[in-house]
Amino acid sequence: MEQKRNYYITEKPLDPSPLIQQVIRPEAGAVNTFIGTVRELTEGKRTLSLTYEAYKSMAEKKLEQIGREIEAENKDSRVAIAHRIGKLDISDIAVVIAVSSPHRDASYKGSRYAIERIKEIVPIWKKEHWEDGSEWIGDQLEQTAYNEKGPEEGTS
Amino acid sequence: MITIYFFAGMKEAAGTPQMTWEIEETTVKNIREKVKETYPQLHQAEFAMTAVNEEFAGNDETVRTGDTVAFIPPVSGG
Repeated sequence: MEQKRNYYITEKPLDPSPLIQQVIRPEAGAVNTFIGTVRELTEGKRTLSLTYEAYKSMAEKKLEQIGREIEAENKDSRVAIAHRIGKLDISDIAVVIAVSSPHRDASYKGSRYAIERIKEIVPIWKKEHWEDGSEWIGDQLEQTAYNEKGPEEGTS
Repeated sequence: MITIYFFAGMKEAAGTPQMTWEIEETTVKNIREKVKETYPQLHQAEFAMTAVNEEFAGNDETVRTGDTVAFIPPVSGG
């Protein structure tokens, strides 16, 4: 069952509740939930819909790696992340991140770290569809080049 | 046989999500050359990141029969 996993890619609409349930526990005093949705306007240009594609097996591994990185930084944090793929309409949920920790600071930090890291190392691609065409979007962090070993090291 | 995957814009440019190469052992660098030779329009094969068996790997990485190699153009999830 998809709902019982902490890290997954799915073509179905995302519901944050099961991910929150995955990280809630008696030791936690905070759960930070980040929900990424499809934005209609980017710098004045109207998006009609998005298509996300993933290298699913590797993407799920990389989501799990991000969770482990957060849990290594704050050993009392627990993480769950899901990303949707396929065609998404405006306001659909594309990504859900839930981070629990004993105190709020670590949960905010973990959540922020996760979304930035997703944009670095998780093999998921977004295609924007506009009225006048469509295009695969890349390099959202404006990194000019990756080092030879890939983006595994050096960012946190 | 080595299986090579393409995604997103590279998949569209190649017109296929994957190709195979009958070879016992090679390197990521040689796979880039093989892909460029097979699909000259895939200029991203020159610089896109690569993953061997679902882990990021550099040009010197050895690739053996049964392995999978994926080209990972700049990601845009989230």
